[in-house]
Amino acid sequence: MRKRALFGIATRSILRNKMRTLLTMLGIVIGVAAVIVMVALGQGAQTMIETQIKGLGTNMLMIMAGSSSQGGVSQGAATFNRLTIPDAEKLAREGTTLAAVSPVIFSRGQLIGGVGNWRTAIMGVSPNYQVIRDWPAQSGSFFTEADLRSVRRVVVLGSTVANALFPDSDPVGQQVQLRNVPFTVIGVLTPKGQNAGGTDQDDTVIIPYTTAQAHLAGHSRIGQIIASTFSPGDIPAAQEEIRAIMRESHKLAPGEDDDFTIRNQDDIAAAASGTTRVMSMLLAAIASISLVVGGIGIMNIMLVSVTERTREIGIRMAIGARSSDVLSQFLVESIVISVAGGLIGIVLGYGASIALARATGWAVAMPPQAALIAVLFSAAVGVFFGFYPARKAAALDPIQALRYE
Amino acid sequence: MTTPSSPRPPPVIRLEGVTRVYSAGSNAVHALAGIDLVIEAGEMVAIMGASGSGKSTMMNILGCLDTPTAGRYELDGTSVVGLSRNELADLRSRKLGFVFQGFNLLARTTALENVELPLLYDRSGRFTGRESPAPAALRRVGLGARMHHVPGELSGGQQQRVAIARALVTNPSLLLADEPTGNLDSHTSIEIMALFQELNAQGITIVLVTHEHDIAEHAQRIVEMRDGRIVRDAPVTERRMAAPAQAAAGVAA
Repeated sequence: MRKRALFGIATRSILRNKMRTLLTMLGIVIGVAAVIVMVALGQGAQTMIETQIKGLGTNMLMIMAGSSSQGGVSQGAATFNRLTIPDAEKLAREGTTLAAVSPVIFSRGQLIGGVGNWRTAIMGVSPNYQVIRDWPAQSGSFFTEADLRSVRRVVVLGSTVANALFPDSDPVGQQVQLRNVPFTVIGVLTPKGQNAGGTDQDDTVIIPYTTAQAHLAGHSRIGQIIASTFSPGDIPAAQEEIRAIMRESHKLAPGEDDDFTIRNQDDIAAAASGTTRVMSMLLAAIASISLVVGGIGIMNIMLVSVTERTREIGIRMAIGARSSDVLSQFLVESIVISVAGGLIGIVLGYGASIALARATGWAVAMPPQAALIAVLFSAAVGVFFGFYPARKAAALDPIQALRYE
Repeated sequence: MTTPSSPRPPPVIRLEGVTRVYSAGSNAVHALAGIDLVIEAGEMVAIMGASGSGKSTMMNILGCLDTPTAGRYELDGTSVVGLSRNELADLRSRKLGFVFQGFNLLARTTALENVELPLLYDRSGRFTGRESPAPAALRRVGLGARMHHVPGELSGGQQQRVAIARALVTNPSLLLADEPTGNLDSHTSIEIMALFQELNAQGITIVLVTHEHDIAEHAQRIVEMRDGRIVRDAPVTERRMAAPAQAAAGVAA
């Protein structure tokens, strides 16, 4: 009964000063809403990145030259740390867990054809690349083993490149010049969209790696080898197998560090979402500053309220209220203000997130526990910033308080 | 709350050599300089004195808002000296009812809620699970029909009646009234004094502090103070009785 009475006193005295209470609450409302929006945006970005990374391909593994951890010792230039075609061939031949393997030769260059020219990424790969990336053609087809072996000058366009150079016609069968070497377009890939890093994956052209080595001079180095396993469960075993084959292929003595790095999609996802997590935490931290400012607003108003109601406090003490009764009265009042502000802030924050998502097309995700945390946090703000004024009220001398005008 | 085997109950108030010294900088002010006073249950006593006579300090000590610097004070058999803030608060809640000059009601709070206020701070559990004594207290002061009015809708006399009901609601051993008619016109003052006399006739012990002689003469006994001392303590020879008819009219208002 006493607790309910306390709550009643608090709400009544809050409602007595509606305008002031509303303005006081506003600080908390804005703070909580800002935190919710920031968390929603951060979560949304993270979810988006995760889906995009899943879209990279199925069960994909990447092998890159160089070691990411080298025991703090710099690997000299003489170190044999590049990938070779024999590496890729050995992996394809001996890897029992690997469904497909393809080397990737990266370069950039000017593509001339259709309505103009276009600078884009050039990838030299094997036909397996299409399988690994799970990337069907929307028109024409990918090149074949025969094209690869015959070092044919054939090219498959990403959809961005196709749209840029051939806006109104089907490029399949057209001649283009890639770094001044004539190529025949044999296919256009379906759009894949941006990757986790924000790069347009469709702004690329794909050619056989043999052709890349033969015709694009100076660009024969293999940047990475990508492979896919039969099922996601094979990934750990495949990683071990690749490591063994690569060490053998690179003739590494036992105890010597790997001169290559194997990454799976989870690693890539973790790296990418780690970045966004830091970003969204930073945003939420900045937003929570406004929550603290709101708390200071509450403290300010509670101090005014205590001074205004000095006489009331005196009366309550004269008729038997203990200091603790007065303390809890004012504390409950500031908690009621801050929690009510928090609840309004949650509604506002969720509303704003949805509106933002509609208006900008950004992904937002609203985890339900964010609401709970927001309420608890605003209650904590109420306790923290309400304590000093409440303590001041409780410490009043009843005689002085009764005489206060 | 002790019930000794002796037939006489303890006096409601027993002061022995009570002094209260305020230190104002280097010089000490003796607001009370050795007070001996006994007030028995059922008495109605007026404490008089000019300002600076120490009657406010006396009131604060009697009301357990302040404690004596030296001497003994027993309220209804309980020694008050050396009690903590919380113990004093509980004592006020259990044994005292206050009526102030300025009514001191909570604004924008109904008469009933104002009267219920002391029950909120009761720790004895006397009132839990029972019907609230607040409506009965309001009827007792003649405001049964005004329970849901806020102080702004009540006249000064009615507000003071609400304050008296609030003081009565916990059934205290002592009703302390500090200049209860100070803010009222003479007609209303007499009505309030009539109410005090009526309550006193029902057995409630009342101590009122006033500086007006004609108000003090409504009591049975007048204690006069000057410079922190009691200079005169005598029964009222010709006690003024507020006319019952007038009191009844006041109740009806």
